[in-house]
Amino acid sequence: MSTANATNGDNVLKEGVLLQLSKLKKFFPVRKGILKRVVAQVKAVDEVDMFIKDRETLGLVGESGCGKTTVGRTLLRLIEPTSGDIYFKSRSLANSGSTTKEVNVAKLGKKELKLLRRDMQIIFQDPYSSLNPRMTVGSIIGEPLLVHGIAKGSERDDRVRGLLGSVGLKPDHMKRYPHEFSGGQRQRIGVARALALSPQLIVADEPVSALDVSVQAQVLNLLKDLQGEFGLTYLFIAHDMAVIKHISDRVAVMYLGKIVELAETGDLFANPRHPYTEALMSAVPIPNPDYTMERILLAGDVPSPVHTPSGCYFHPRCQYRKDICETDTPQFEDVGNDHFSLCHFARQLKLHGVKTR
Amino acid sequence: MPLLEIKDLKTYFYLEDGVVRAVDEVSFTIEPEKTLGVVGESGCGKSVTALSVMGLVQMPPGRIDGGEILYHHNGTVTDLTKLNPKGKEMRSIRGNKIAMIFQEPMTSLNPVYTIGNQIIEAIMLHQRLTKAQARNRAIEMLQAVGIPIPKQRIDSYPHELSGGMRQRAMIAMALSCNPNLLIADEPTTALDVTIQAQVLELMAKLCKDFHASIMFITHNLGVIAEMANDVVVMYLGKAVEYTNVRSLFHDPKHPYTQGLMNSIPSIAETKERLIPIKGVVPDPFDVPPGCVFEPRCPHAMEICQREMPPNEEVATEHWARCWLYK
Repeated sequence: MSTANATNGDNVLKEGVLLQLSKLKKFFPVRKGILKRVVAQVKAVDEVDMFIKDRETLGLVGESGCGKTTVGRTLLRLIEPTSGDIYFKSRSLANSGSTTKEVNVAKLGKKELKLLRRDMQIIFQDPYSSLNPRMTVGSIIGEPLLVHGIAKGSERDDRVRGLLGSVGLKPDHMKRYPHEFSGGQRQRIGVARALALSPQLIVADEPVSALDVSVQAQVLNLLKDLQGEFGLTYLFIAHDMAVIKHISDRVAVMYLGKIVELAETGDLFANPRHPYTEALMSAVPIPNPDYTMERILLAGDVPSPVHTPSGCYFHPRCQYRKDICETDTPQFEDVGNDHFSLCHFARQLKLHGVKTR
Repeated sequence: MPLLEIKDLKTYFYLEDGVVRAVDEVSFTIEPEKTLGVVGESGCGKSVTALSVMGLVQMPPGRIDGGEILYHHNGTVTDLTKLNPKGKEMRSIRGNKIAMIFQEPMTSLNPVYTIGNQIIEAIMLHQRLTKAQARNRAIEMLQAVGIPIPKQRIDSYPHELSGGMRQRAMIAMALSCNPNLLIADEPTTALDVTIQAQVLELMAKLCKDFHASIMFITHNLGVIAEMANDVVVMYLGKAVEYTNVRSLFHDPKHPYTQGLMNSIPSIAETKERLIPIKGVVPDPFDVPPGCVFEPRCPHAMEICQREMPPNEEVATEHWARCWLYK
């Protein structure tokens, strides 16, 4: 993937690509002692390269602590990146006469960043803690409109009613408080708030993990419908492989701060090209007692992101490792059809995917 | 002969705002060395069922208002609901013959004692062993659950272990007295999927080695399909369906079970669209008067609004509570 600079006005983003991360890094310092000296770094996001196409759902999957949430928040600049670039085709920052403008989100100033918020929004995992309990639903959903000076008074109320309708709630829910709603309904409120400014991109960070299974499906269907209706692009972050497979057009698999594999969904599940993806898929329990899958049990736990292994980060747990894996860092390469893998042997290994009915 | 028979169990909670029928006329049987899965969403009563068996329901506000929990052991039958939860007999069963592991091992282990201390305490409470013998037994158990270097790890505090290791330590503690029933309440829900795979495999292997049965409580149908021999599906305090795992997945009878299966995505299937169950689980203080699932049921009939259907054998060894089969 290109790592070129956009300084001289040349566009980095290809046709049909909405956002691209290049060499994105976020390290958190570990401080110790009374002088709070930095003794180590937590490599939460470690040189991540990926792009999101316009109007697609890119699934970002990985286990806890792999850095998937940090990627989502860093690309919105809710967390400041340590280094790297975030190219984005912004609608709100476009010059008069053009519809979009390519910007490097990592380098934007405060004013521009506020304008950019209209284009990029987030839905959080926990619908209980992400809504202010003292605000009515109407003021929660209408707040972005107020902050950005888009609508006030009765116009704002009309917009809020429309948004409530879009997410399957009733207009008279406006005057109620979050505690009067169930988990699924609260998540709908969170979705309505994210939609208020008509964004281009929504980062959905584990939006259904806190919900009961029968309600998960309602929210997943809603997100799909809204995508078609409003032409949205999603970065869908989740740990559940089945949910990821269902919702995503393409999937990125993360391990210890790095993207180890990225491919079109069907291709990734049928022909994984990274041993971690293979193991991760084989560990998912399948709701069919007659389904047999050869399970690859990974030894031990995920290593600490402070003391990352040498060479390929996955080598201590990889059953296919060779000497080179302990010494050399693999390259994130296209093995064909935009299928990227971070493995020295991506082209040689015959890995097992999932048999689909 | 079965190991544990639960017959028409009713565990109610008498609260200021009303009565919650957390477990309402629930019946099922656990066979020796078999795994019974209990599946349902939050608030369905699956955990209270487990706590009733363990004699750990807080009374008041809780009360066992009917039914029996028959525990078969050494040729005798004991009704656990008749025992004083704090009495000698219940204490000799709880933790000894029937052990339990919980969802979040960090909150169920005491943070100020080493895991060794806690396992040794459990062993010495139930077995006549000296402290040194108990310590050796604890090391053996940690070895059996696959904790590396158990001789050192036994002196670790819970926070020094990873989530998967803590759950292994819990399993070691639960199995240290050779129970014949292990109750596991969402034991892998807090774990990552690759660690879940390790723990599930470990549980299946150990229960075989120790000849123990498992009552496996989870909301995850994939885990049920993998672990269980028989399955009870619970909804709002009722056992709505009960059968063996194959019948349940290939021929689910109750509309709630069917709804659950249609609403979950699976990595081995491609579904264009999920079919959700409409609405939400009702407030436990305001349970529908007829069938508890009626407001959300796509097949609801007039009778469903009036009366809860009885538990009927709708196919061979396949029970469901639904008027569709009357």
